[in-house]
Amino acid sequence: MSGMLVTLRGLRITYGEGPAALSDIDLDIAAGERLAVIGESGSGKSTLALALAGLLPDNARIVGDIAWDGGERPVPGRDIGFVFQDAGASLNPVLRVGEQVAEVAQRHLGMSWREAYAHSRDLLAQVQIPAPDTVLNTYAHQLSGGQRQRVAIAAAIAARPRLLIADEPTSALDTIVQAEIVALLDRLVQEAGMTLVFISHDIALVSGFADRIAVLHAARLVEAGPAAEVLRSPKDAYTARLISSHIGLDTPRLIGTPS
Amino acid sequence: MNRAFRLLRRRAISSIPVLLIVVVGAFLLLEVAPGDAVDAYLLSIGGGDPAMVQALRESYGRDQSLSSRLWLYLSSLARLDLGWSVTFGRPILDLILERLPNTLWLMGSAVALAFTLGSALGIVAGARPGSARDRLLSTGSLALYAVPSFWLGLVLILIFAVQLRWFPTSGIATIASGKQGIARAVDVAHHLVLPVCSLGFIYLALFLRMMRAGMAEAWRQDYALAARAKGLARRRIVLRHVARNALLPLVTMLGLQAASMLGGSVVVESVFAVPGFGRLAQEAVAGRDAPLLTGIILVSAVIVIVINLVVDIAYGILDPRVGASEERAA
Amino acid sequence: MSVLRRLSRSPEGVAGLVLLGLLVLAALLAPVLFPGDPLSIAGPALVRPFADPAFPLGTDRLGRDVLAGLFHGARASLAVGLAAAAVALVAGAVVGTLAGFAGGLADEALMRVVDAFQTVPSFLLALAFVSVTGASLPVVIFAIALGAWTGPARLARAEVLSIRERDYVAAARVIGMRPLEIALREVLPNALPPVLALAAVIVANAVLIESALSFLGLGDPNIVTWGSMIAEGRNVLRTAPFLSIVPGIGLVATVLGIYLLAEGLSDALSRRKSRA
Repeated sequence: MSGMLVTLRGLRITYGEGPAALSDIDLDIAAGERLAVIGESGSGKSTLALALAGLLPDNARIVGDIAWDGGERPVPGRDIGFVFQDAGASLNPVLRVGEQVAEVAQRHLGMSWREAYAHSRDLLAQVQIPAPDTVLNTYAHQLSGGQRQRVAIAAAIAARPRLLIADEPTSALDTIVQAEIVALLDRLVQEAGMTLVFISHDIALVSGFADRIAVLHAARLVEAGPAAEVLRSPKDAYTARLISSHIGLDTPRLIGTPS
Repeated sequence: MNRAFRLLRRRAISSIPVLLIVVVGAFLLLEVAPGDAVDAYLLSIGGGDPAMVQALRESYGRDQSLSSRLWLYLSSLARLDLGWSVTFGRPILDLILERLPNTLWLMGSAVALAFTLGSALGIVAGARPGSARDRLLSTGSLALYAVPSFWLGLVLILIFAVQLRWFPTSGIATIASGKQGIARAVDVAHHLVLPVCSLGFIYLALFLRMMRAGMAEAWRQDYALAARAKGLARRRIVLRHVARNALLPLVTMLGLQAASMLGGSVVVESVFAVPGFGRLAQEAVAGRDAPLLTGIILVSAVIVIVINLVVDIAYGILDPRVGASEERAA
Repeated sequence: MSVLRRLSRSPEGVAGLVLLGLLVLAALLAPVLFPGDPLSIAGPALVRPFADPAFPLGTDRLGRDVLAGLFHGARASLAVGLAAAAVALVAGAVVGTLAGFAGGLADEALMRVVDAFQTVPSFLLALAFVSVTGASLPVVIFAIALGAWTGPARLARAEVLSIRERDYVAAARVIGMRPLEIALREVLPNALPPVLALAAVIVANAVLIESALSFLGLGDPNIVTWGSMIAEGRNVLRTAPFLSIVPGIGLVATVLGIYLLAEGLSDALSRRKSRA
């Protein structure tokens, strides 16, 4: 399980007549690695995620090369799992969540619906949802934000894809739940040997688990390298600003009497 | 089903004040209309002497105050006594009950046609918004929606009854055919094809457009993109994920159109001489029969309320989010 | 105005504008091109269309000129449609604004009344009103408005409820304007725009209801309308079908024009992409 999963060369993506959403991207993603793509809004990070997953809208124009290991384009769902930011919106409100996990297995693993539901039950247990049998029959609006995201993750990994793309999967969640979801993702990809591309605006959040970090700024890739290196000695000024702007419990007080 | 009954009860209770207002409105209509129930009765028995007329007026409460007359009216309604028809010389309730089934068959079939065909074509159009198919169905349905139902009826008669002779031009059954059972049912159905089409096509266009719009809206949602991200079969995405959501506003529209369709049946039944509830309204107007017209309005309101209740229950079943506040899990 | 420019880019909007423009022109030119009463007998009965240059679209059972009837009918349909819509919009907007502004029990009561009017089929309401009052143009207009005012009322109320809490209302209150003044001078003008968007549907419906009423013989008997022409033509449906078909085309064109223009306008006012 070595070598590059996918190689991006000179990738440039524009939507319709507007400015480029991504410009001149050269990036290698190794099989089995956990890559964090960091950027603020408008940096192009979601476009990158959608481009990898093959989910760009019709009016997107792509220039450049996306080369996959093995030559063939991967099939969404089967080879690539996608986790969206807002699980409340990405889960269909009128279908039971069990069906939304089972349908992936039914489609890509050649299972019957019965088998697919059994598989879903196991998946829900794997993502640490209590009482998975009951939850199979619930609807998205009956679950909390964290539970919904776990269901979405279960659906994304149901067909045992090689690559899991998570586009800001924790940005809509509470702090404690954020940490739980991140830990869950980390564990799942390591157990299954999946490649993880984790999109976020929060460089501190990914510092705990990412193997490599790539930083996007205004549609360009300004830095990419092993996580420890990027965090300790960033080569790009923007990356340095991102790191220093991070506000945590150890940050000196921003307001109030100076010490 | 528990949730359905709770919804039903809540909606039924809120319908009562509305019905009361309609009743008061109907009463006022009767007050304002020239002639009254006593005149109607007198007409039917060929007049009477002044003493009898006075006695009648007293029993009908004609000489009492407005509020007592209203009370009398309400109590007779409570007894399901809708009064006496001037033109037909029969109790209004009997007349209505006699004619109503024909209209219900007409409306029911028209709704079934409009809903099934309309949503199906709407799904075909909405599966690929902006495609040639979509634009064709969109323009076609807009043109159809602009057609007056009575004119459509005449055109259909011209083409299918006069020229092609596939269907009869009017009536609900072949006169004096003596047919029974299944043969009669087929005969009635044969007669109803053109009227059902005249009434239903306009609503078909409406449902088509609603489904189309609903699907365009659903495609914009994240769950549609998520379904594509899962690599599901196109057919499954279109039907199970997108259309299933677009169905909801359609069901709501069904309830909203109930009143409109009941009104539409008046003209269609007139064009095709179908002896139904709608035609009765026209005859009531022609005969200046205010009590009959009022009775028809009251019954219409009840029908619309009932249809809306049914639609609400259906919606509650289709949309799991309805009544959700009582079911919030941790 | 940029709205007009965007409208001109939408094919529906242009088509609707052209269609309606032609109809309005016909309506305005009717007394010029066809002076005299279109109900009067102009020539021999049942002349075929395109047969006699004096009667380009033929004559009806009584010898009345069909083309004249068509032009005058356009006048009637558009006049009734617009008038009925105007009454419905104004009445509905006023009631809705008052309800939204008053709140509480008054609001509830008014909304139940709106519900009641929506529960009875609007065509039956119109029938009842015409039957009680007698058929004439103002009566027909009011009868149609009876059924149509509920939409604007609901919309106006919704707008008022959202605007009521906004800053300029509070500012007006601070200055010392009385509630009624605030309602009419500040809130009502801002609640109107979406109500006008509803106008297209109301006008189209009004045209259709008017034609149905005339078809049933309940319109104003002293004017020519497309509905009454169709009803007339029905008597000779088998022998002279064009008498019923031609006025109907006029109706379809009018309603279609209104809907196309409305679609064009809504396209021009919003911009959305699809992601199928």
